[in-house]
Amino acid sequence: MDRNQLQRQVALKRSFLFEQCYLDPQQFVQLEELQDDANPNFVEEIVTLFYKDSARLFQKIEQALYSRPIDFAKLDDYMHQFKGSTSSIGAIKVKNECSQFKEFCLAANADGCVRALERVKQEHQTLRIHLENYFQLRRQAGLVQRV
Amino acid sequence: MLKSKNATTKMMALVVDDSIVNQRIHHKLLENFGIENQVVGNGKEAIDVHCSGKHFDLILMDMDMPVMNGIEATRMLRAMGIRSTIAGVSSHSSLSEDTKEFIEAGLDDYQEKPLTPAKLVSILHKVNLHV
Repeated sequence: MDRNQLQRQVALKRSFLFEQCYLDPQQFVQLEELQDDANPNFVEEIVTLFYKDSARLFQKIEQALYSRPIDFAKLDDYMHQFKGSTSSIGAIKVKNECSQFKEFCLAANADGCVRALERVKQEHQTLRIHLENYFQLRRQAGLVQRV
Repeated sequence: MLKSKNATTKMMALVVDDSIVNQRIHHKLLENFGIENQVVGNGKEAIDVHCSGKHFDLILMDMDMPVMNGIEATRMLRAMGIRSTIAGVSSHSSLSEDTKEFIEAGLDDYQEKPLTPAKLVSILHKVNLHV
């Protein structure tokens, strides 16, 4: 595939992420606008940080969810923090599932929280796959500087 | 868009947030506006950095943080006589009770996350008024 075709693939993938509401175009574009010559891979850096931090927060959430008695206030705090990060990268579907989880926390519904956490993790993983694909396409299309 | 206070003094900001994602975004956002900035991870670290003698024109303060949250940190900074512009930046709605308590602790401004360039410009206009 030549560079033009690859760049078209990148554009199509980006449109797909926005149209399918995986990413909020307004927020994602604002992250892209922070990129400059000194930080040409800023968006990928942020996404990498997000997934690294997600792993830490998921561990805390799971520990809190499977401890007895469940501290729903603490659970809500952890999910609030995770939801904040999802907003920062514009991860709409993940954020929406986080909101569902928080509703179950408010209702002190442990089973609901367990189910909601699974959905959060599913959307989180789906987005990860899409973003990894997107950044790989960008690299192949020569849109990313090697640092 | 922004004026330095004078030819030799550059604006300094402090980012107070426990999220590494938001720390990085807010740091870069400020940097792109030409604002030197330091990052700390909770309210206590914000207090400590002031006790070490550092001064900031602007503090971007998150609300929910471990060790010491933004409400307590803001209250303490004001009690210490810190008159820097403190802008609360949190994902809580501006109408929530927690946000009202945050504002009453001594904020000069409050913006809901995610922080955007437009919201930062709005905050920075308040910093200029204090100069």
